Amino acid sequence: MKENIKIATRQSYGEELAKLGEENKDIVVLDADLSTATKTEIFAKKFPDRFINVGIAEQNLMGIAAGLSSFGKIPYASTFAVFATGRAYEQIRNSIAYPNLNVKICATHAGITVGEDGATHQMLEDLSLMRGLPNMTVICTSDDTQTKWAVREISKIDGPVYLRLCRMATPVIYDITEKFEIGKAVQIGEGTDATIIATGVTVSEAIKAQQILKSKDIDIRVIDMHTIKPIDKNIIIKCAKETKRIITVEDHSIIGGLGSAVCEVLSEEYPTKVERMGILDSFGMSGKAEELMQYYKIDYNAIVNKVLC
Amino acid sequence: MKITNVEALKRISIEVRKGIIEAIYSAKSGHPGGALSCADILTVLYFNQMNIDENKPNDLNRDRLVLSKGHASAALYSVLAQKGYFSKEELKTFRKLKSSLQGHPDMKKLPGVDMTTGSLGQGLSACVGMAIASKLNKAGCKIYCILGDGEIEEGQVWEAVMSASKNNLDNLCVILDNNNLQIDGTIEEVGGMNNITEKFLSFGFNVLNIDGHNIESIIDAITTAKQTKGKPTIIIAKTVKGKGISFMENKASWHGKAPSEEEYNKAIEELDKAMLEIM
Repeated sequence: MKENIKIATRQSYGEELAKLGEENKDIVVLDADLSTATKTEIFAKKFPDRFINVGIAEQNLMGIAAGLSSFGKIPYASTFAVFATGRAYEQIRNSIAYPNLNVKICATHAGITVGEDGATHQMLEDLSLMRGLPNMTVICTSDDTQTKWAVREISKIDGPVYLRLCRMATPVIYDITEKFEIGKAVQIGEGTDATIIATGVTVSEAIKAQQILKSKDIDIRVIDMHTIKPIDKNIIIKCAKETKRIITVEDHSIIGGLGSAVCEVLSEEYPTKVERMGILDSFGMSGKAEELMQYYKIDYNAIVNKVLC
Repeated sequence: MKITNVEALKRISIEVRKGIIEAIYSAKSGHPGGALSCADILTVLYFNQMNIDENKPNDLNRDRLVLSKGHASAALYSVLAQKGYFSKEELKTFRKLKSSLQGHPDMKKLPGVDMTTGSLGQGLSACVGMAIASKLNKAGCKIYCILGDGEIEEGQVWEAVMSASKNNLDNLCVILDNNNLQIDGTIEEVGGMNNITEKFLSFGFNVLNIDGHNIESIIDAITTAKQTKGKPTIIIAKTVKGKGISFMENKASWHGKAPSEEEYNKAIEELDKAMLEIM
């Protein structure tokens, strides 16, 4: 992990999307007046004819994307996670997921790491909402390399995808040669003292915690669960068998997200105690992203303390 | 093949109405009122106006119709069956277990359905996406959207209206099934929607007001819509909920219930009589 090089996954998304647009003329990008924040503006500047700004109208955003896909286009629809999956939930459900249309919902500003904007803009239930939808693939990437891979990879899936992206800049974890696969988590380390299953912004925190714990002779492994649905059952069961503890950590409510998904797998397949770290059934609040991660106990320090206790 | 003879279209519209009644009676469930009110509009679209081929339901360059008021599914299914997308016998499976004729239209289950609808207010946005896609493809497809008048109480409709106008979607023709009734009463009483013409005009639409049961008027209006350049058209079609079945006409109570055996027989009798009058 290159801790000194930090890039927000929304930035990686915007950059790669513009590159992908060159290669695939079916890609059409939609935004709801947030293109400077979601970084779809990079695509918009390059391909104005294939960029649709619908204005502040997220329900319409999803509906237009559905219509475009029915013509063989591959729409990437972006806005903040709270508006995409909250405001337009039912449009996603009935106009995209139910007819299994090829729409890529790429939502940025997920989680408390939105920071200063506070609770109204900090989406903590999106994984829960999207994971519950039949046909939907749900991805939450942890760094620049993985996000760029995901932006391309999801264009190859014929069906709806929810890609969760973040505002806060986070360390680059992976070398560009790293290979990913949808539905297959990445295991970092072989430690058996505990498994930390993380997703998105919490992966680099877990790796940092792993390094700190190593100096205390505690050897943990980190699982980067970039695909929330379909979730990698095998790796969860394997880690439950091989390690002493299973801890999940996410910038999302502990209800319905990664922690819940892991519990579902283990309770059915290999009953194991799961310790969930995340937002504990509350809304967020204003503050700096790093301060909030500390406050809500999803940063590396909180992970270290959890493993030590 | 396009049917241009008005009497022939009238006969088809009666057959379509019979199909609606058969389907809903067979299902013992459904929405006759709003299906009957848009039966003439759908008949003209599918038999006289749209560039479609029932043998190529997935042709990329076909015209599209989105029944945004998806609860009128029986009307769409009946027209599609008349047109030959599937057998008329299949209408009897409407709303039954494992049928392709779902309660509300499902584009992945039934050939001829261009968009999955049912949750009100969403179809026009899909049409905007289709119309933009057609322009990007330089395909020349016409996109038709049937909206209910109660449906336009949904805010998303106006988001889509704004988009259609902003993008100069002259390949989009919206038809408002203005039967003036929704479940709980009249449009004015329930949602307070008024001045519909002025509203669409102010959003930059070409607005046409017609009698939605007059076949010639429907043909003329859609023809005008096709010729209008630079902006989308809305045809505000004044209709009668339950049109064609005397005891269902203008009654909100027939929004969402099936006829009894006696009512069914009477309805079919009335439609047969209407058919004889045209012959």
